[in-house]
Amino acid sequence: MKFIEDQLHKVKPLFEEGGKLHKFYWGFEAFETFLFVSDRTADTGVHIKDGIDLKRTMFTVVIALIPSLLFGMWNVGHQHFLAIGEMTALADGFMDKMIYGAIKVLPIVVVAYGTGLGIEFMIAIVRGHPVNEGFLVSGMLIPLLMPPTIPLWMVALATAFAVVLGKEAFGGTGMNILNVALLARVFIFFAYPTYISGDVVWVAGEAANFVDGFSGATPLGVAYLGGAEALANVAVHDYSMWSLILGTVPGSIGESSVIAIGIGALILIATGIGSWRIMLSVVIGAFLTASVFSWAGISYFVGVTPFMHMIMGSMLFATVFMATDPVTATQTTQGKWIYGFLIGVFGMIIRALNPAYPEGWMLAILLMNVFAPTIDHFIVQSNIKRRLSRAAAL
Amino acid sequence: MTKLSRGYDIKLLGKAQDSFLDVAKPTLYALKPTDVHGIGPIPKLTVEIGSEVLAGDPLFFDKANPDVQFCSPVSGEVVEVRRGARRAITEVVILADSVTEFRKHDIPSTESASREDLVKAMCEAGVWPLIKQRPFNVLADPNAVPRDIFISCMDTAPLAPDQNKVIEGREAAFQKGLDVLGRLTDGDVHLGVGPDSADVYTKASGVKVHAFSGPHPAGNVGVQIHHIKAINKGETVWTLGPQDVAIIGKLFTDGVFDAERVVAVVGDELNTTGYWKTRAGASIAPVLASNIKHDNVRSISGDVLSGTRVAHDGFLGLYDDQITVVEEGNKMEMFGWLLPQYKRPSRSRTFLSFLRPNKEYHVNTNNHGDERAYVVTGQYDAVVPMDILPVFLVKSILYQDFEQMEGLGIYEVVEEDLALCEFVCTSKQPVQQILRSGLDFVRLEG
Repeated sequence: MKFIEDQLHKVKPLFEEGGKLHKFYWGFEAFETFLFVSDRTADTGVHIKDGIDLKRTMFTVVIALIPSLLFGMWNVGHQHFLAIGEMTALADGFMDKMIYGAIKVLPIVVVAYGTGLGIEFMIAIVRGHPVNEGFLVSGMLIPLLMPPTIPLWMVALATAFAVVLGKEAFGGTGMNILNVALLARVFIFFAYPTYISGDVVWVAGEAANFVDGFSGATPLGVAYLGGAEALANVAVHDYSMWSLILGTVPGSIGESSVIAIGIGALILIATGIGSWRIMLSVVIGAFLTASVFSWAGISYFVGVTPFMHMIMGSMLFATVFMATDPVTATQTTQGKWIYGFLIGVFGMIIRALNPAYPEGWMLAILLMNVFAPTIDHFIVQSNIKRRLSRAAAL
Repeated sequence: MTKLSRGYDIKLLGKAQDSFLDVAKPTLYALKPTDVHGIGPIPKLTVEIGSEVLAGDPLFFDKANPDVQFCSPVSGEVVEVRRGARRAITEVVILADSVTEFRKHDIPSTESASREDLVKAMCEAGVWPLIKQRPFNVLADPNAVPRDIFISCMDTAPLAPDQNKVIEGREAAFQKGLDVLGRLTDGDVHLGVGPDSADVYTKASGVKVHAFSGPHPAGNVGVQIHHIKAINKGETVWTLGPQDVAIIGKLFTDGVFDAERVVAVVGDELNTTGYWKTRAGASIAPVLASNIKHDNVRSISGDVLSGTRVAHDGFLGLYDDQITVVEEGNKMEMFGWLLPQYKRPSRSRTFLSFLRPNKEYHVNTNNHGDERAYVVTGQYDAVVPMDILPVFLVKSILYQDFEQMEGLGIYEVVEEDLALCEFVCTSKQPVQQILRSGLDFVRLEG
């Protein structure tokens, strides 16, 4: 440890004012502060500070995403072997499935991190500011939002688009209006829709080797076309409630397992990093809306119960990891309830009534990202009005 | 009883033991113009180096407030006038006599004298600067009549002195001070007391007593004002600490400016903690002498949240009743953000320390991270028990929106009220510094 610290001290002058590599200072600084918390002391106000910082905060979210990532890797392998008719039982070939999934998933993770962090470092060096930790989370979220068959260049392009136009153009972490990871996904969704929607992209492997009758459609896709009845009669797959909760169904890499997402949600809520208010209010909004549709019978999802709606598709993943992004969500406590509730309502409306595409969370969250400042504005104004009326009452 | 639930008690090692320290009488004392907000940086000196003064003799006054005298807390010789940037006077240093002699002031009767005469006597005798005015936490304007006067008789700050102990033996002076203050306002004198407050506070006469409980900052007078009768635009109120009231009282009972302070000497970098009976402006050197465990420490006049850093031979602030000594955190820590090498207090539940809420911690001054843009939300709200949106207020100061600052309640807060925000901030924003710049902006432009 001491050795590394000494080496860092030795090369540090190169990066400081007047050093040969001064223009790379912020690159060096990011590396240094990753290894060592700096020796800076509190000097303008309070004399002691809380141990928490942005690195730890972001890293906590990454930890919360690990269960979804690991399950996602296994599931990519499992879906593949299911499709080709080998080792179809859950307990079979754990290592084979993990390895197959890792080969498919890890390159996506590496490309997303590589592209995003590369851009972040470059911009930090050019503009002379510290590298922000925000991308640690975005870089993990982006792969989990992708189908396993996504071409890597597309991941790189989408990540670059999201980081440059979605975040850095607004001033970097903390300043962006739209959720960066969702922006990457929505970029692919509109630019290359066939690579991220439909029935064939969710299972990795050569379609020619798949067993007869295997469709690869997600539970959501099946229920959208045929309702609860079709869901109960899928060939090869089992789309029962328990399969959905366990997550052994096709879908985006990180979205399928309710259990893995639930572990992540517990980590976020227990540590206080993720807003439980937003999570709860999204679920309430979505459940109520689904109940109304199911009661009125005006949904494409004939006979699908509100509870099934909750565990299908990307709803829970979006609720736990995307809606709670503190930068793009509302900042006031009351605002969080409104924001989350409306995401639930709009997401379910888009899912149930959209004739073209049966999933709405990405669009609902981006829509509410845009309206979050407006919601906060009204909360802030009400605080101001309360203060004014108190003065006027005298 | 107003129960406040939001806030946070930072539990630290090094609480004051319930006994008085045996400390040599300091030889040097200093009055620091920098302790008082709202006065010019270069006050007019009425003494020069070599002048002999009695306790209660004027040392300087602010050019904009020539009536308010800043008086020497001890008798002795003026030995040095220390200056800082742009020749601002930072300390007027007095070499104290071994026995303090007091200037005897002619004091009007509390009951029969006019308000004007009372104010005049207080200004001349040196007790006036003990009164702070809100909004802005500045020197009270002797020409203003405050709506109310507020005194917090509980201190919830980290390692704060027991306010019952610091007033022991001065109960009569305290009550006398309250009587005088009662004459200065058209409204009421309000005392904020805690669950354990002594009778001197809870049974004080001629005042309104309000009970508060809850974690820090429940003991902050600003928080109490907000819940008793919040400050609206255009209103002024005054605030004091209990010992300040006693000092004023003593002027009216004995005719002397006796700036006695009972100070809690705290922090786990000290061999012995306890209470120290001294005077405002005392050199802290005798307290630290052979009492600090090592040299790499920071001494603070005040508490760790909003106290002022002073040199090891520096001076106790005019308003302070606490000296805290903590370790400097000027060390790098490998992967400290991920795997901390020692336990530290945190409001965040990412540290397992939240499972042991009553554990007391050793702390150092490390920043534990670098400044970032705001990312996390809801952190500030959780430690400010007022109907105020702290982040929005801070942001309105950063973009200098005058109306927004007013609307969001800048008149109701001073640095200490938002100090916990700065402590808990994930983005390490200098909240108190920002707030002071906003307060000055509104005060000077408004």
